Amino acid sequence: MAKTQIISDLQSAIGKKWVLYAPEDLLVYEYDATIERGLPEAVVLPNSAEQVAASVRIARRHNVPVTARGAGTGLSGGAIPCEGGVVLVTSRLNRILEVDAENRIAVVEPGVINLDISRAVDPHGLYYAPDPSSQKVCTIGGNVAENSGGPHCLRYGMTTNHVLGLEIVTAEGEIVSLGGKTDTAGYDLTGIVVGSEGTLAIVTKVIVRLLHKPESTITILAIFDEVDEASQAASAMIAGGVLPAALEMMDKNTMEAVEPFINAGYPPDAGAVLLIEVEGLEEDAREQSEQVQAVCKELSAREIRIGLSPEDRERLWAGRKGALGALGRLTPSYYILDGVVPRTRLPEVLRGIYDACDRHGFRVANVFHAGDGNLHPNVMFDEREPGVTERVLKLGEEIMRLCVDADGSITGEHGVGSEKRSYMSWIFSEDDMTAMKRLKLAFSATDGFNPGKVFPTSKGCGEVSSRMKAAIAKVGPDAYV
Amino acid sequence: MPDTSPIPIVPSSSDLAQCVRCGLCLQSCPTYVQTGLETESPRGRLYLMKALAEGEIEPTANVIGHMDQCLQCRNCEAVCPSGVPFGRIMERTRAGILEGNSSPFSWRLRSLFLRHVIAQPKALSIFAAVFRLYGRTGLRTLVERIPGIGERALLAPTMEGRPFTKSGLLARPDGEVRQRVALLTGCIMPHAFGRVHRATVRVLARNGCEVEAPPDQVCCGALHAHNGDLNTAMDLARRNIDVFLGAGVDAVIVNSAGCGAAMKEYDELLAGDSEYRDAAKRFSTLVKDISEFLVDLPFKVPSGQVQATVTYQDSCHLAHAQRITSAPREILRSIASLTLVEMDRPDGCCGSAGVYSLTQPKMSIELLDEKMRAVSDTKASVIATSNPGCMSQLESGLRRHGAPGEVVHVVELLDRAYPDR
Repeated sequence: MAKTQIISDLQSAIGKKWVLYAPEDLLVYEYDATIERGLPEAVVLPNSAEQVAASVRIARRHNVPVTARGAGTGLSGGAIPCEGGVVLVTSRLNRILEVDAENRIAVVEPGVINLDISRAVDPHGLYYAPDPSSQKVCTIGGNVAENSGGPHCLRYGMTTNHVLGLEIVTAEGEIVSLGGKTDTAGYDLTGIVVGSEGTLAIVTKVIVRLLHKPESTITILAIFDEVDEASQAASAMIAGGVLPAALEMMDKNTMEAVEPFINAGYPPDAGAVLLIEVEGLEEDAREQSEQVQAVCKELSAREIRIGLSPEDRERLWAGRKGALGALGRLTPSYYILDGVVPRTRLPEVLRGIYDACDRHGFRVANVFHAGDGNLHPNVMFDEREPGVTERVLKLGEEIMRLCVDADGSITGEHGVGSEKRSYMSWIFSEDDMTAMKRLKLAFSATDGFNPGKVFPTSKGCGEVSSRMKAAIAKVGPDAYV
Repeated sequence: MPDTSPIPIVPSSSDLAQCVRCGLCLQSCPTYVQTGLETESPRGRLYLMKALAEGEIEPTANVIGHMDQCLQCRNCEAVCPSGVPFGRIMERTRAGILEGNSSPFSWRLRSLFLRHVIAQPKALSIFAAVFRLYGRTGLRTLVERIPGIGERALLAPTMEGRPFTKSGLLARPDGEVRQRVALLTGCIMPHAFGRVHRATVRVLARNGCEVEAPPDQVCCGALHAHNGDLNTAMDLARRNIDVFLGAGVDAVIVNSAGCGAAMKEYDELLAGDSEYRDAAKRFSTLVKDISEFLVDLPFKVPSGQVQATVTYQDSCHLAHAQRITSAPREILRSIASLTLVEMDRPDGCCGSAGVYSLTQPKMSIELLDEKMRAVSDTKASVIATSNPGCMSQLESGLRRHGAPGEVVHVVELLDRAYPDR
C-alpha cells in the first residue's frame, strides 16, 4: 500500500517507526496460528491507551476496520484482518502496572505475556490460573478476546472467571473502564467483552484475579491401549466425584509427534494417555490421586506413572503444551478443530471423528481437554496439494456436526472467528442471533472492529486463498515451497 | 580437485514447510522481545524466507534489513516443537541473496573481508597486529570517545594479551596418555584470547590428553556460512576434514562454541558432496566442545579453589546449536569456593553473534545492556562463558558500564583451580 493519507495520519499519531505499510512487513501480519490469511493495509503498534484511541479514531475517520492482534497465536483466525484495514498490535503495551498481593489482584496491559503474570507474582506465592498451551508466548489481551481456556481451566474456570475489570477503547475512540477491583453494581459488562473476539472493543488494561499456589500438586500419567478406555476413564473420574485440576488426553499420533521434540517418556505404542493433575491440601490431593488411580485401573489402564520428579512433570507438560507445534514434524499443515461435547459422549464422538477422517483419507491427531469434553482434532494435510484445503474444511464441518449432534458446541475455547461463523446457526436460532447483534449494536453502530468474525456473513476471508491459489498456479505445487 | 558441485543455496522445500506458525518461538527471540515486531521474529522471518524462495517477494532493502537483524543465535531452534532448522534456512537464504543479482554491497564487502582476511592466517595476523597497535597506542581509547563512532568502536574485540602462536605437538601428560586430541586454534581466539588456548592445553594435559594443533588447519568457516558464503565455508570444511582426519586423533577439541557448532554440522554442509560426505560424517562425530569433552572424560575434580562469585553466560551456539547447557555448569560447580549464581535468561544472546556487533551495533548494544543488567543483579565478579565473541562482547559491556569484574572462559577457571599450573 502506498503512503496514503491514513498512513500519514497514523504516523503523526503514534510515530513513524510504529506504523508499518511496506508490503513485506504487512505480509507477516496476514497469518496467525491457523491456516487462514488476510492482509492488512497498515499495522500500528501503539504504546498507550491514548495512542490506541487515536488510531481507532483515525481508522474510523477513513472508514477502515481495526483488528486487534496480540502475539498471533490464536486458533480461530481472531487476529486475521478479514476485510483488510488496520491491524493494531499490542506487543508494546506490555507493562505489569500493579501487583496487589494482599488483595490477590494484578493490573496489566493487554500485551503482557500470560506466563509473565505468574512469574511476576510468584514471589508472593500467587499465580494466574488460566494456562493456554501457548502461555509462554500468548498475550493476556488475546486471552481476554477469545476467553481462552487451558488444561487447568477444568477446575479453575476460563479467562472470564479471572478477569475483574477492563479498560477498553470503544469504536468511537473513547477510553472507558468496565468492572473494577471489587464487585461492581449493574450489568456485568466485563463479562460481555471477555470472549467477544475483538468485535466490541479494544482492551487496553486488564484487572486479573490471582490465586494462591496449591499446597500440593500430584501429576499422574495413565497409559491406555485404546482411546475408548481413556475417554471412559476421564468421564468416570468426574462422575465419581473427583475434579482434577487438569485432565488431558493425547492419542498415539500426537505422541508420535511430541516424543522426538521433548523426550518426556510418552509411550510410543499406547493408544492414548491421560495426563492428570490433582491439587489441593496435601491430604486432599493424595485422596484424589488414589481415586483417580482406582478409576484408571478399573478401565484397564496398562500403566500408571506417579511420583514423577519436577523435571519429569515439566517435560510432560512441555510436551502437552508444545503438541500442536510438534505436529509440524508429521505434516506441513494441520487444521485444528475446537469442539465441545458432554464428557459421557466422548467415546462415541471420538470414534466418529476417527471414522470420518479415515473416510476422507486424512490422518488425525487428537490432543485435548478430556475433563471438560473439549476436543481438539488436528487434521493433517499438505496445503500445497491443490484443492486439499477445501476437502479439509469440509471434513471439519462434518466433525463439528458430530459435536453439535451429540448436544455439544462449535467452540470450547478458541473462539468462533471467521471459520466457524457459518455454524453459529446450528446452535443459535435467528432470534438468538438477533439478540446478540443488538448487543453488539449497543457498543457501536458500525462494524469497525474485527469485521467478519463471530456472525455469519456472505463475505469471507477470501482474498487469501485466492492469493495462495494464484501462487500455486504460477509455480505448481512442488515448487510452491 | 574435490567435487565442488554446488549444494542447493536456497532453503529446501521440506525445511521451509516445517514451520506451522504456532508462535512458540516468539519469546525466545531476542530481537522480537526487544522490538515487539513480527518482522523481527523467527516466525516472521521464516514466512519472509518462504515468500522469497517462492518468488512472491523480492530481496528488497526492507527484507534484507529483517534478515540482517537476525542474530542467528538459534534460540528459536532450541524451543521449536516442530524442529524447524532455522539456522540452516537462514544460511541458505542469505546464500541465495548473496549469489543473486541484487546482493547488497555491504554483504559482498563483508564476504570479501571474511574470505580474504579472516580465512587467511597471514592476512589475519597482519590485521591482528594492526589491531593490537590500535589498542596499545591509546588510539582505541581516543576513538571510543568520539561521539557517534565511539559506541560502535567499543564493541570491537580487544587484542591485548599475548597471542597463541604454537602449533604441532602442544603438550604431553605426565603419566599415561588417555586420549590423543587435536585443538582447533581458530581465527580470532589465538589473537584475542591466547590465554584461553594456553589454559585449554594445560587442562587437557592434566587430564591425561596428548594435545596437538595440526599446523595446516584453517578457519572453521562458521562466519562465512552465517553470512551466506557457503562456498567458502565448504572449501574450509574440506581442508579441515583432511587435516584433522589425517592427524588420526581421538577427538577434535573446540573451545569456541560457534566453531564447534559449525564443525559438528560439516556433515550437513557437505551432504551434497559425494567425495566428502562420508568423511564429513566421521569428522563431525569427533568434534567436541571442551566442556562437553571434559565432562565425558570425566575430568579430575580440581583440588585447588577459586574464590569468586561467578555467573555463567550460555554461548548461543553451545546452548542452542549444540544443546550443551549442563557441562559448563558442572565444571564450575566442581570448583571449591566458587559460587555459581544464575542470571535472568542466561541463554539469551548478549548481542555479539559473530560480526553482528559490528554490523548491527544498535540492536547489539540494546541486548548487551539488558545482559549487563542481568549480570549486575547476580553481584558476580566473574562472568564465565564459552565463546570468544561472547567474551569480547561482555568485556565491552563491562567497559561500557564502568563495571568492575572479569570475563573468562569456563576452562580458565578450571585451570586456575588445578594447583601448580
